[in-house]
Amino acid sequence: MSSNGPLTGEFFMNGDIACAEGGISAGCRFFAGYPITPATEVAERMAERLPEIGGTFIQMEDEIASMAAILGGSWGGAKSMTSTSGPGFSLMMENLGLGAMLETPCVLVNVQRAGPSTGLPTAPQQGDMMQARWGSHGLYPMIALAPCSPQEIFDLTIKAFNLSEKYRTPVLVMADESVGHMSEKVVIPPPEEIELVSRKKPTAPPGEYIPYKPDDDLVPPMGLTGEGYYFHVTGLTHDERGYPDMSADAQERLIRRLINKIELNKNDIIEVEEDQIEGADVVVCSYGISARVALLAIKSAREEGIKVGMLRLVTVWPFPDQRIREVATKIKAFVVPELNNGQIALEVERCAGGAAETVLVGHMGGAVHDPQVILEAIRKAAK
Amino acid sequence: MNQKKNEISALSLLREERMPHIWCPGCGLGTVLNAFLNALIKSELPLEKMAVVSGIGCTGRTAGYVKLDSFHTTHGRAIPFATGLKLANPELNVVVVSGDGDLASIGGNHLIHAARRNMDITIICVNNFNYGMTGGQVAPTTPLTARTSTSPYGCSEPPFSLPSLVAAAGGAYVARWTAMHVRQMTKAFVEAMLKPGFSFVEVISPCPTQYGRKNQQATGLAQMNYYRDNSVIKHGADPQDVSIEFNGTITVGKFVDIERPTFSDLREEIVGAKFNPESKA
Repeated sequence: MSSNGPLTGEFFMNGDIACAEGGISAGCRFFAGYPITPATEVAERMAERLPEIGGTFIQMEDEIASMAAILGGSWGGAKSMTSTSGPGFSLMMENLGLGAMLETPCVLVNVQRAGPSTGLPTAPQQGDMMQARWGSHGLYPMIALAPCSPQEIFDLTIKAFNLSEKYRTPVLVMADESVGHMSEKVVIPPPEEIELVSRKKPTAPPGEYIPYKPDDDLVPPMGLTGEGYYFHVTGLTHDERGYPDMSADAQERLIRRLINKIELNKNDIIEVEEDQIEGADVVVCSYGISARVALLAIKSAREEGIKVGMLRLVTVWPFPDQRIREVATKIKAFVVPELNNGQIALEVERCAGGAAETVLVGHMGGAVHDPQVILEAIRKAAK
Repeated sequence: MNQKKNEISALSLLREERMPHIWCPGCGLGTVLNAFLNALIKSELPLEKMAVVSGIGCTGRTAGYVKLDSFHTTHGRAIPFATGLKLANPELNVVVVSGDGDLASIGGNHLIHAARRNMDITIICVNNFNYGMTGGQVAPTTPLTARTSTSPYGCSEPPFSLPSLVAAAGGAYVARWTAMHVRQMTKAFVEAMLKPGFSFVEVISPCPTQYGRKNQQATGLAQMNYYRDNSVIKHGADPQDVSIEFNGTITVGKFVDIERPTFSDLREEIVGAKFNPESKA
């Protein structure tokens, strides 16, 4: 395997490798990571590929350092990325919060495995979906995308970079072991056909640049280190100058804006895939590998004459509240298969608000669902 | 200090709108900051290419007071943040200014690994023997038997000797001074910033409010007197021989100044062969 830039063409590759190639196609030129099953191949691919294209790979001493290093890399001007799995994801939570607070574009890939603790390192789970939203302390916005195939992890890694650059915030790619280790055809378009977004640069000259003064979209332009802006950034609550301000007013202003820059731009961020929702009695709402496994159950149910639709969450966070509310008024029930004991199902139930029933098809992980179990749930819900 | 010219210049590098600073009367951090800014001017390094990274704690506030690109990060993580910054933009001169608890306790793993890699960054570690900001708790640098709020009967754990730790891990430049040794400290900062690879300067610094008060040195002056009466300059001392005992001798000086390939040198030599120059265009 040798290439001097982003690949173009059709390839047979696993999800982890497709993820790394997605990063490269998105312009990622700095990767810091730490070995962990089942995400290691992302780092291995980056270790091989980045030197070929003038990028930098470093294996750090742990995941805490990896997350800190990609924040530094981003402030140094490189599109930056790391990858990990559950145990490392927990360690990255600390600096994920710093990334949100400093408004640092970067991408963190979690190839989820079964937990808690060391759990099942080589088997899938979707047990980190709530941690993805709330895992760091305090209040902050989060964007998380859930790929269901090697092709999609390639596409969504690019999308994750674009969103992180556009909104100046860390973005999570929430894959899982089965997607990471599944090998399939991946089509990589020529670079000129891939739309890339880069962070807004300051228009004000260095002396007049106010680091955290937002534009109308609530996102402040980002000056880079070494360009003469002499900015200060801090994980403390800060004013528009970036200086610490320990007042409740400053907290309200800053955190409200951080949350609103995602909330008010939800329509731009949220992507869902829908199929035959119009006229459905039951809608299977799922994401990642579980949504893919559910396709077989949906097909079988339709063959039995059940009117069943599909709503796949490509963006899991921010949660597509509004769309779930709309659909809930038209159907009997949501069936929510996920490889946990009910995380996203809680969100679906909250948004359904009693207008439709929410049926969790839980699974403790270690394998994917048996489609028959999902089919049974669809049958029951349709009655 | 009659270096009026330098004082004026150092002042111009201070974010005056951030004054007054948060440091207590008698604290050594103002002295360290002044020495750092003077060293920066003496080094003649381009200011726009300087980056200061701090962790959390009293010393961690340094980044917020300098008129440079500066980062106040998370507790213990200044070094890996600085590592990313330097690797993404090798033109930068990156200086980490943080405390002993931040760098040697919660950040201890990052400290030794950055030294092992000989990452081309400079560390200024202000060691006041305790966690000042949170009320004077025991630190991995607290001398045996010293009292702190979490070692009320006397510290019963032996401390790290930071020069020994960093030298053993591979630091290319290791020095120690106290807040009383302003000229020597300033010179060490200049040398450290100009040194390729991992450079580390420990500054023993007064914390009268917390550490001093509990150990019969309740003023900054008392602590400075202790440094004056008990510091011994030994350039080239074996880093293994510079441990600090409670109220004992403080060996100061430049202990390590060696040539060692940096992270970037080795990467270019070993990995760089795989670079395709055409792809960089």
